[in-house]
Amino acid sequence: MAVKSNNQKAWLFVLPVVLLVAFNALIPLMTVVNYSVQETFGNNVFFWEGVKWFEDVLHSERFHASLLRQLSFTGIILLIEVPLGVAIALTMPKKGFWVSVCLVLMALPLLIPWNVVGAMWNIFALPEIGLLGRMINGLGIDYNFTQNPTAAWFTTILMDVWHWTSLVVLLAYAGLRSIPDAYFQAAKIDGAGTWAVFRYIQLPKMKRVLTIAILLRFMDSFMIYTEPFVLTGGGPGNTTTFLSIDLVKIALGQFDLGPAAAMSLIYFLIVLLMCWVFYTLMMKNEDQ
Amino acid sequence: MKKFTWLVPTIYILFLMLPIYWLLNMSFKTTNEILGVFTLWPQEFTFENYIAIFTDSTWYNGYINSVTYVVINTVISVSAALPAAYAFSRYRFLGDKHLFFWLLTNRMAPPAVFALPFFQLYSAANLFDTPLAVALAHGLFNIPLAVWILEGFMSGVPKELDETAYVDGYSFPRFFVKIFMPTIAAGIGVTAFFCFMFSWVELLLAKTLTSVAAKPIAAIMTRTASTSGYELGLLAAAGALTIIPGAIVIYFVRNHIAKGFALGRV
Repeated sequence: MAVKSNNQKAWLFVLPVVLLVAFNALIPLMTVVNYSVQETFGNNVFFWEGVKWFEDVLHSERFHASLLRQLSFTGIILLIEVPLGVAIALTMPKKGFWVSVCLVLMALPLLIPWNVVGAMWNIFALPEIGLLGRMINGLGIDYNFTQNPTAAWFTTILMDVWHWTSLVVLLAYAGLRSIPDAYFQAAKIDGAGTWAVFRYIQLPKMKRVLTIAILLRFMDSFMIYTEPFVLTGGGPGNTTTFLSIDLVKIALGQFDLGPAAAMSLIYFLIVLLMCWVFYTLMMKNEDQ
Repeated sequence: MKKFTWLVPTIYILFLMLPIYWLLNMSFKTTNEILGVFTLWPQEFTFENYIAIFTDSTWYNGYINSVTYVVINTVISVSAALPAAYAFSRYRFLGDKHLFFWLLTNRMAPPAVFALPFFQLYSAANLFDTPLAVALAHGLFNIPLAVWILEGFMSGVPKELDETAYVDGYSFPRFFVKIFMPTIAAGIGVTAFFCFMFSWVELLLAKTLTSVAAKPIAAIMTRTASTSGYELGLLAAAGALTIIPGAIVIYFVRNHIAKGFALGRV
């Protein structure tokens, strides 16, 4: 990496970005902070409430339940998507025509608008007219994701695996391609098997990109809203109501600004904290 | 065992294509057929649903609106991020690391957190229901992302390039446009691709910030599903059409994507 020189004028280069992002980030964030400490009965009359809303949210069973569902969902999809993505990247062709075909087809789900993903899976999984729904029911398993919580979870997770595994594949594949051939030749001479090559050459070389993959999948799945909302609407009951769905219900559905704002801040802090912990842990490993 | 490894990506791609096939299948069926019988391919092949979309202005205006704000967003994000990424990759300045991290935290902000304040902010700024509002709002996550990706590409360019250009008598703006930007053209392409992608797929903010005039196609679909009964064929056709811009963009950048990812950004 090039040596950087000190130059305070660089701030001028950064200024447009700072202004644009600050307009979008700071003003709304201040609005949220403002709401989170006040109570309103409409007509723009506000009363100071202090930390009451924060205490309410932290003690509310509804918030605990959404958080637990969110954590389970994120945990499950990470456990499936990361190993699956690595396995597919390892078995993909290394050069030639088929590489392009694989990349283009695999990237396709990433570029479909999120509510279309939800709608597509809804049509695909409906028990009467959907291909998936028909197939599972045909196997003699009673499957209806609009009524059965287990089926709803299964469908939501399968949809997320369908939607996002390709991101892990692309990242892992890019990491694998950056390994020089000499490494594999050396391993061959030493008589290393497939597993040894994976464990001691490929996995360490993929560490950096996998860190990014896990971080991205963590952040994005923790904020997931549109796809499950279109697919299940958070139901049956509240069984697939994740944090964002719950938050939008409180903020835009019930218009409870105080509690929604307090929940927003707690939610944002959880994401930040988790990302920071992930990031520090992985960087620490890298240094050793 | 080695012989059969091609099976893994093949099965995976089949799994990816199945729901897309089902969507296309539905889009060529009549409503009667969808609700009446279960068929693996359309028995009465029809373009009715597509014709309905292309002849109804609320539908095709939705497409125009979506493409408009996605393009505005991509242009704003990339052009604002170019000088900033250059500064981060070349100079040390007061608070640079903190600033970089602060920018990235915005990529972590759940859009649901910002939906309501955004609505109020853009209403106050008289931008509500314009493509510009959505384009600016999507900048919240796209601008930091663009800075992050571009900085990666720029750090790979040796500093000697800059110095040689100054010795040759280039002014900074001329050097930047004539020499530096062509050098990182692949990086700019990858950045534009990701800005396009994240702006195209996002719906929550786009829906919150528009009502009639600038409503994105994806939001119009939600409306169809809820108001006019359940016109599955129409919904499927509209959905199938939203896949096309993405597919075209992927095709053009397919060779750059892997390179962009290889730099460990995104």
